[in-house]
Amino acid sequence: MTATRTLTTAPAESRRIARPLPADRSAKAQRRWGKVFLYIALSLFGIIFLFPLVFMFVSSLKPDSQILQDIDSAAAFLPVGDISLDNYFGVFDRVPVAQFMFNSVLVTVLTVGLGLIVNSMAGFALSRLAWKGRLVVLAVIIATLIVPFETIAVPMVYWVAQLPTLVIEGGVLKYDFGWLNTYQVQIVPFIANAFSIFLFTQYFSTIPTSLDEAARIDGASWFTIYRRILVPLSGPAFATVAILTFLPAWNQYLWPLMVVQKEELRPVMVGVQYFFQLNTAWGEVMAYTSLITIPVLIVFLVFQRAFVSSIAASGVKG
Amino acid sequence: MTVTPPTVAAEEPRRASRRFRSIKGRETWAGFGMIAPAGILLVLFLIVPVILAFALSFTNARLISPNPPRFVGFDNFIRAFTADPVFLQSVGNTAVFALVVVPLQAGLGLLLAVLVNRRMRGITAFRVIFFIPVVTSIVVVSILWKFMYQKDGLINSMIDALTFGAWQGVDWLNDPNTALGAIIVLSIWQAVGFHMIIWLAGLQTIPEELYEAAKMDGASPWRQFTSVTWPGLRPTMVFVLVTITIAALGLFVQISVMTQGGPVNSTSTIVFHAVRKGYAQQEIGYAAAISLIFFVAVLAIALIQRRLTREKD
Repeated sequence: MTATRTLTTAPAESRRIARPLPADRSAKAQRRWGKVFLYIALSLFGIIFLFPLVFMFVSSLKPDSQILQDIDSAAAFLPVGDISLDNYFGVFDRVPVAQFMFNSVLVTVLTVGLGLIVNSMAGFALSRLAWKGRLVVLAVIIATLIVPFETIAVPMVYWVAQLPTLVIEGGVLKYDFGWLNTYQVQIVPFIANAFSIFLFTQYFSTIPTSLDEAARIDGASWFTIYRRILVPLSGPAFATVAILTFLPAWNQYLWPLMVVQKEELRPVMVGVQYFFQLNTAWGEVMAYTSLITIPVLIVFLVFQRAFVSSIAASGVKG
Repeated sequence: MTVTPPTVAAEEPRRASRRFRSIKGRETWAGFGMIAPAGILLVLFLIVPVILAFALSFTNARLISPNPPRFVGFDNFIRAFTADPVFLQSVGNTAVFALVVVPLQAGLGLLLAVLVNRRMRGITAFRVIFFIPVVTSIVVVSILWKFMYQKDGLINSMIDALTFGAWQGVDWLNDPNTALGAIIVLSIWQAVGFHMIIWLAGLQTIPEELYEAAKMDGASPWRQFTSVTWPGLRPTMVFVLVTITIAALGLFVQISVMTQGGPVNSTSTIVFHAVRKGYAQQEIGYAAAISLIFFVAVLAIALIQRRLTREKD
């Protein structure tokens, strides 16, 4: 973080609120006033970004009648009055939230974990090994970066509905067609990720090749070099890819909405949408949304530095 | 995991040239082996679906149908532009959304980035706060704002308090004139922190010496911004504008959760319409055609980006 100390005034928008200062004021006083205004501006923005979430958490603790009562005062943002966890118990009574949570955790862990392995191996092959067609493959992978998932979502439903799969029916393993309503349909299509491969490829090319050459002479296989040399040296790349793939996996919505109708396989985001359509008790809806937001917020706050640098890294790809 | 470490070549080559070739060969096999898992998955779940999207666009395929898909030429595209007023309205809504969101979100993101781009007590806390909505799921954000936008909800009661009762507010999501605007507000609120971070990364690539030099020449802070900061941000700007545009064109979740395209299709978007046609109404062929039109729009944006970044070199 190299902050620029020199740029003490923001551009036009906030300059308008800065009063022109009389010339006899010392530069020091001017700087101090600049700071005060800056803190005021930052705090105003802070309130704008936080108030809806504060409202959500606070409302999740109140019965609906109380939410309506408090809406016209500052009490809307304060845990006052009839505070309890009743809404949370209500959610657990009404829908299998624990099952949804389990599904989402499973899908997220497997998508991210397998993705790290598969994409880093691909990155290794593309950055370290000379093989026929390497550049063509790399070019194709970079070209696919601009295909938004929304473009292929609908054709993909048609496609996965016909893929072969193994199912267990009555204790017998059977061979069948159709991936709809499975766990794998929520995981397998998202393991390989062109952007992750691209990031690994870039990161691996910054690691000096003298290490692998030495290992080659000692008779190590390429896979050993990847496992023992590249992976241990690439912590930051793995962290970045894990963070960038974790959020979309946890937030899966469009895809499971289309391919998973069975309630017991639903992830949390589709679960919350159904719950929200069935339910008129806002307090309970807010309890559900709080429940699925808090874990992610905790992860974010613990790793916020890594989060921010991952996002920044993703932007410097141009 | 199907990676087999390259086995020791069976043939023991005698001549150097052959030995060299076999090492090369081994490297090739190792390369194939390590790219294979990702390669197979990308072919199955990216390349094939892309080809399918093209192929199905020219058929009357249905999701579940006893009849195999039949080739219908350009019928789906002709239908979209001539016989489907909701599609045209969805294109219009998506364009309005993008045209408003792109400049506002990029500008606000830059303003926030400039504000937090300094060493000050508590500045990290502000960065984290501005970023919190980004890590909150858009599904959750949409439900929460739907709650706040109710006629007797938090937004109207805040407007009431701030204007001392002069303006009561409206039923935001149920009024065709305000629904899309309401969705624009929460979309910017949710995503602007992401682009603040991108701008911030761009700001931090500008060398300190340039500011020192500008100050020696007596440049005002505003002049420093226009002459040093802004030119240094050009590559970042292209990236930010393009990512926001592509994300804006793909608007779907907010619509699906909050309005289902209503009231009277005033918030229907291209992707929402494609999903409605393809999934709810099972018209996969027609939905694929709509997805393809969406993709062409995204591709055009991406090509413009390449043009813009090339000019710079």
